[in-house]
Amino acid sequence: MNPLVFLPLVAVVLPFGAGVAAWQHPAALVAVGAALASLLAARLRPLPPLAEALVLLAGVAVAAAASLLLLDRASGIAAPGLWVFLVGLAALFWHALTLLAQGEGAGRVALVAGLFGLALVYLWEAVVRGFGVPSVLLPAPSAILAAMPPRADVLWDDFRQTVLHAVVRGYLIGCLSGFAVAIVADRIPFLARGLLPLGNLVSAIPIVGIAPIMVMWFGFGWESKAAVVVVMTFFPMLVNTLAGLQASEKIQLDLMRSYGAGYVRTLVKLRLPNALPFLFNGLKINSTLALIGAIVAEFFGTPIVGMGFRISTEVARMNLDIVWATIVVAGITGSTLYGALALAERAVTGWHPSVRRRR
Amino acid sequence: MTTSLSQRVLPVAVMAVAVIAVWYGGAVWLNAPQAMEAMARAGKNWSTADLVMQTFAMKRPVLPTPDQVVVEIYHSLTDYPIGHIRNLLYHTGVTSASALVGFVMGVVLGVVLAIGIVHVRTLEASLLPWIIASQTIPILAIAPMIVVILGNLGFTGLLPKAVISMYLCFFPITVGMVKGLRSVDGMAQDLMRTYNASARQVFWMLRLPSAVPYLFTSLKVAIAISLVGAIVGELPTGGQAGLGSRLLSGSYYGQTVQIWSALVMSAVLSVVLIAVVGLAEKLVGRHTGAHP
Repeated sequence: MNPLVFLPLVAVVLPFGAGVAAWQHPAALVAVGAALASLLAARLRPLPPLAEALVLLAGVAVAAAASLLLLDRASGIAAPGLWVFLVGLAALFWHALTLLAQGEGAGRVALVAGLFGLALVYLWEAVVRGFGVPSVLLPAPSAILAAMPPRADVLWDDFRQTVLHAVVRGYLIGCLSGFAVAIVADRIPFLARGLLPLGNLVSAIPIVGIAPIMVMWFGFGWESKAAVVVVMTFFPMLVNTLAGLQASEKIQLDLMRSYGAGYVRTLVKLRLPNALPFLFNGLKINSTLALIGAIVAEFFGTPIVGMGFRISTEVARMNLDIVWATIVVAGITGSTLYGALALAERAVTGWHPSVRRRR
Repeated sequence: MTTSLSQRVLPVAVMAVAVIAVWYGGAVWLNAPQAMEAMARAGKNWSTADLVMQTFAMKRPVLPTPDQVVVEIYHSLTDYPIGHIRNLLYHTGVTSASALVGFVMGVVLGVVLAIGIVHVRTLEASLLPWIIASQTIPILAIAPMIVVILGNLGFTGLLPKAVISMYLCFFPITVGMVKGLRSVDGMAQDLMRTYNASARQVFWMLRLPSAVPYLFTSLKVAIAISLVGAIVGELPTGGQAGLGSRLLSGSYYGQTVQIWSALVMSAVLSVVLIAVVGLAEKLVGRHTGAHP
């Protein structure tokens, strides 16, 4: 075990705020007490790793929650005890995570990742509030969350304009047309040999640069953003579908032929199912690209609504809470899209080796 | 699969010709309303040939023709000295400088993260999912924020753009390096163990060399997106210099030829940068005795 976990013992003798000793503040006593109690409970009698991790995590959770009460009075380096204590708490937390990560199972991996994410948010909150970072630089997570409900109508309008209008339509058109052209190009090898180098070239160039052109052609509304999304998503889908259609093995194709299956039947029954992992790869890449394309296109001109518009104008007016709230909405949207696609992939391609091995 | 040269070149050539033909056709189609208006104002009778000529030679076309773009780039490169604000090479230099600084920072960050993830199991379980999640949120949306935050801290100019490039390009490097460092042959690993090699020796002599091909594949992806990061990073800075600011000022003033030439220039820059990485890959491969 890392010796840093005993730092709470050192922390007790240091001030927990300007002129505040640890024993003068009940929250500090609770925090230090919880950390040390969980450490003692976990180490006095040998426990199985999972139980030890859970005991430690319970102590860390109580200590972290109690420390939040101390943050506003911490005033930066005037509270060395608090920071030493938090370093010790981090070491304790890391030890618990290490114990958790030793086991197998998807649930445990998700738990470790989730706890780590929570810890990062806590660290952000602690540093911002403890050192009094001005909210112009970086607001605390709690401040961002607090700013969201009062502006919910603005956030919803932006979401509808950018995601529901531009991203979804552009994404569907781009992916479907990429898929359709790939099917045609697969039938006509000459076309495929011409399109593939073009697709590789387009994937290399910064395609978001077409945003000002599209705004000029299709106007300020959502149509121009959808057009950027279409162009951005078309080629990844084309390239991935073409690669996927090549993924069927010769022996499988021969089997289909010996069954007397024609082109359409071979495509539907063999080649498209085999192409599914590639299709999902393209869809996942495109889900991120689509959001980026729509938001960046809004930097070049929009009606007075939309996530990219909100970010670029409110940054200039220093209303950073709404900017961060918009970023949170964008982040949740992107992760949800990606996660939904990943779940769908697992459901549809459960037979594929790349999914099976992970179970 | 062996294909003769003509089988490979011909489709690409036909496709290139088709793209250019569509481009000129599109120029006629999109510019025609404006051109007709201009000629009607001039008050002369005009034939279809006149109309086509007019659409190819507009001052502010809806879609400029390829030759207009090429001429614009040529003039901008030759009429002004290299450091001049109207020379496109100056803007290309500004953009590629921040893209390259961001690329280097991204490579360092990506490789360090990958080494940590490969060696510390807790780090793999806790950090890797968040690295993936960090890429599903539209990072470019944060670009104006990063510029403002770093500007408040007193960092302006190149660094904020480089940070955006870094954020974009560390991801493929981390993922590729993790794959590469894990791609070690089991036999070779056993051999190292029989030699009683330390973890450090295994890393330098076995893991790192076997990760090099993966690293270069990721580097090619990364350098292209670091350029995207640099260009987008130039948008919120209000257009002083760089290809991104050329795009922005071109869109403000309706200078379509300027937008297109900046776009073509960024495409050329991207292809050149990828080619340089490819060249480095060949050199390193020759040095380490890789099989082609």
